[in-house]
Amino acid sequence: MAEAITHSYLENTGRYKGILAWLTSTDHKRIGLMYMYAMMVFFIVGVLLGELMRLELFRPGQQFITAQTYNGVFTIHGIIMIFTVVIPGLAAVFGNFSMPLLIGAHDVAFPRLNLFSWYLYILGAAIALSSQFMGNGPPDTGWTFYAPYSIQTHTNVVAAVFGAFVLGFSSILTGLNFIVTIHRFRAPGMTFFRMPLFPWSLYATAWIQVLATPIVGITLLMVIAERWLRIGFFDPSLGGDPILYQHLFWIYSHPAVYIMILPAMGVITEIIPTFAQRRVFGYKAIALSSLAIALVGYFVWAHHMYTSGMSITARWVFSLLTFLVAVPSAIKVFNWVTTMYKGSIAVKPPFLFALGFIILFMIGGLTGLSLGSLATDIHVHDTAYVVAHFHYIVFGGVGFAFFAALHYWYPKMYGRMYNFKRANIAFIFMFVGFNLLYFPQFVLGLMGMPRRYFDYLPQFTLGEQISSIGGFILLVGIIIMLVNLFSRKGGKAPDNPWGGTTLEWSIPSPPPHENFDKLPVITGEPYDYE
Amino acid sequence: MFTEASNFAAGVDQAFKIIFGISIFILIGITTVMITFVVKYRRSKHPKAEQIKDNTILEITWTLIPLAIALLMFYYGYTAFRPQRDFPKDAMNVTVVSKMWAWSFVYPGDKESDVLVLPLNKAVILNLTSLDVIHSFYIPAFRQKEDCVPGKVNQMWFIPTMAGEFWVLCAEYCGMNHSYMEAKVKVVPESEYKAWINALPKKAAEPEGLTIIKKNACTGCHSIDGTKLVSTSFKGIYGKKSIVLTEGKEHTVTVDAAYINSSIFEPDKDIVKGLPKGVMKSYKGIVRDDEVSKIIEYLKSIK
Ligand code: HEC
Ligand code: HEM
Ligand SMILES: [Cu+2]
Ligand SMILES: [Cu+2]
Repeated sequence: MAEAITHSYLENTGRYKGILAWLTSTDHKRIGLMYMYAMMVFFIVGVLLGELMRLELFRPGQQFITAQTYNGVFTIHGIIMIFTVVIPGLAAVFGNFSMPLLIGAHDVAFPRLNLFSWYLYILGAAIALSSQFMGNGPPDTGWTFYAPYSIQTHTNVVAAVFGAFVLGFSSILTGLNFIVTIHRFRAPGMTFFRMPLFPWSLYATAWIQVLATPIVGITLLMVIAERWLRIGFFDPSLGGDPILYQHLFWIYSHPAVYIMILPAMGVITEIIPTFAQRRVFGYKAIALSSLAIALVGYFVWAHHMYTSGMSITARWVFSLLTFLVAVPSAIKVFNWVTTMYKGSIAVKPPFLFALGFIILFMIGGLTGLSLGSLATDIHVHDTAYVVAHFHYIVFGGVGFAFFAALHYWYPKMYGRMYNFKRANIAFIFMFVGFNLLYFPQFVLGLMGMPRRYFDYLPQFTLGEQISSIGGFILLVGIIIMLVNLFSRKGGKAPDNPWGGTTLEWSIPSPPPHENFDKLPVITGEPYDYE
Repeated sequence: MFTEASNFAAGVDQAFKIIFGISIFILIGITTVMITFVVKYRRSKHPKAEQIKDNTILEITWTLIPLAIALLMFYYGYTAFRPQRDFPKDAMNVTVVSKMWAWSFVYPGDKESDVLVLPLNKAVILNLTSLDVIHSFYIPAFRQKEDCVPGKVNQMWFIPTMAGEFWVLCAEYCGMNHSYMEAKVKVVPESEYKAWINALPKKAAEPEGLTIIKKNACTGCHSIDGTKLVSTSFKGIYGKKSIVLTEGKEHTVTVDAAYINSSIFEPDKDIVKGLPKGVMKSYKGIVRDDEVSKIIEYLKSIK
């Protein structure tokens, strides 16, 4: 092979130099990295805001920010984390970077649309963040923008809502791009059931993005219309119905949980076989359970509304469906664990993060059962218990899976390794800190501590303090991890550092611009370690 | 810490115990198996992986067992919840009125209290209402919670089974002082309750102006009892001198009908010194002119 003429995608070969070459690149790998850099910035800001809340909550009473500021902080913390970090999350970063490699494609189906989606993402995020600096002060509605408060508050809700609307478009277009890519751009011979499982999970995700996001889009526009034109959609004092808002909001926002978690499950399904050197157990069950989750996940939204005064029929139907959607998630966990059986397991950092993911995701999922069950949810709904539950899912689940994926594909991305020991230390800090931070919140919620509370009754002090201390241990872990990854100290990475069998490991690290010199022809299943 | 003070609390806790019990078992079980595999099949001990074929029977089993467990949990949650929706016919009714950021309780005979006093072992139905945004009426010790949605009356019922004082908290975020929106439930023997309710004065008919002020949620920012909220209190406002900025120029005005009128319709014209601009929105098209005169009438009355 004529090695000298293939340039890595990290080298600039086009018209532009430096940063411009990145900002105009339609290479899926560069776009993936661009999403990642932006997301890291948002994530760090979000984490710092989280730590700020933890400081304020260290003791009962007001410490150093006012109630109004605190309300603004949890609102923007939630908006940043949900709309700019975990919803685009793994799909935008690794869906872009890795998916075309995994299916043996030169790029996504619509590379320019892909770049456009990134610009929409940046634009949407910028609009959402501008809410902090313009208008009548930071929005104070929580990331859920519940009416009628979101209609009546004088803070700058419109900018935040409009930002989320634009971010939604970015998500829809990415989903569309991935659906077409997966249908049309698989390598010759790669049938759907020969496709690796991360692309499978992205495929299920993409359908949710395309079908569910428009609903929240129009809902958010209705909020804006109601604020500006005083049309009564949701505010009863204008003749609207606040419960309608909740239905519309959750019809999107529950499936959005699956937009976040499905790709996370997908990368874990790539990582475990590689480090166990074993074919994945129950390939079809894992592939189909992604679709099942995506499908049933549409019909459980009102489990967020058990206390809103819905009819008893609505309550039990949504409760039953919620329990059904738990089953395919359980199946995945069994498949992951069984894949380790009689494997040859190397506990390297990506695998360690994957183990962390499985444990935290199980805690998140199992504690979700009491939120799906009617009698128990009535007690813990809108309490710290929910805060703990969703952090276990979105941070323990999606977040840890993101870090697992990052440690897994990092050598492919940069052609360099990182320090394993430091990565492991970072993991330990993060895992311990995480549990100290959020586990007490379960107990606080059971004791009756509501969420979104700037101040609390004295009996909650101990739990809140443990939680705050955990928050700082977690922060230390995150810092060690990021420094380790971005200090550029590791040696050169081989093409296939982990002994993986999927296509991305058959090409150089970092890959050339068009990925494959010659499209690979697929003749068997993806995880073939014979 | 986990006081069970209503007829439903024990049933709810039972459902928790079942769900948590099974969950902890599953969590510990799977984690143990997983860590055992990781240790036992680590590469130094087990250099060559065995490629295990899929096993349909195993997969069907571990689909059906979780399904059965899920249905069981659903069933327990449902049966503990169902009676909470079967409202007794002869229960006493109390209306819960929520607004930013206070609770009040209206008893039969139009008597109002800011403590929810209830007779021990007597069924009570609460009619949950809101004057502004959504709040959520939550008594942790009773394991009860239901939203107070404006424009709608939700209901909740229970029998307090333990004498004592318990917290009422607001569980639905409702703005600045959400975390301070609390009240007490006081459960007392029936004789004590009777004495209390008889002594409770009838709620004075509310002046129309006050109703309008509450309806438009002016009270979220302006108190009527002298406490400072977001803005000045309405108490004694009429006739007092206010230092305002008009187009940046500072001057003093006397609060009279015309000034109140312009404060309501063009709040940004004269800004009270030291208070933020733009926080109070214009009520043009929302408050009618005849309502304004009733507001003024009322403001005159609270000295
Ligand atoms: C969101 C909070 C808010 C609400 C709700 C609100 N106001 Fe205000 N109000 C303010 C603020 C802040 C000021 C001071 C700034 C200004 O003058 O515009 C103010 C000023 C006033 C003043 C002048 C006070 C003085 O001391 O000179 C009057 C009168 C007034 N409001 C009446 C009303 C009435 C009547 C309503 C309901 C129809 C209402 N406000 C609703 C925030 C509010
Ligand atoms: C160090 C990291 C973090 C800390 C210390 C932290 C802390 C907090 C705290 C204290 C709250 C307020 C809870 C309450 O309202 O009672 C909160 C809310 C929230 N957090 Fe985090 N968090 C962190 C990371 C994350 C991540 C990674 C995500 C998502 C991926 C996330 C998503 C949310 C959301 C959606 C809310 C709800 C906001 C709302 O109520 O509107 N957080 N967090
Ligand atoms: Cu949901
Ligand atoms: Cu509240």
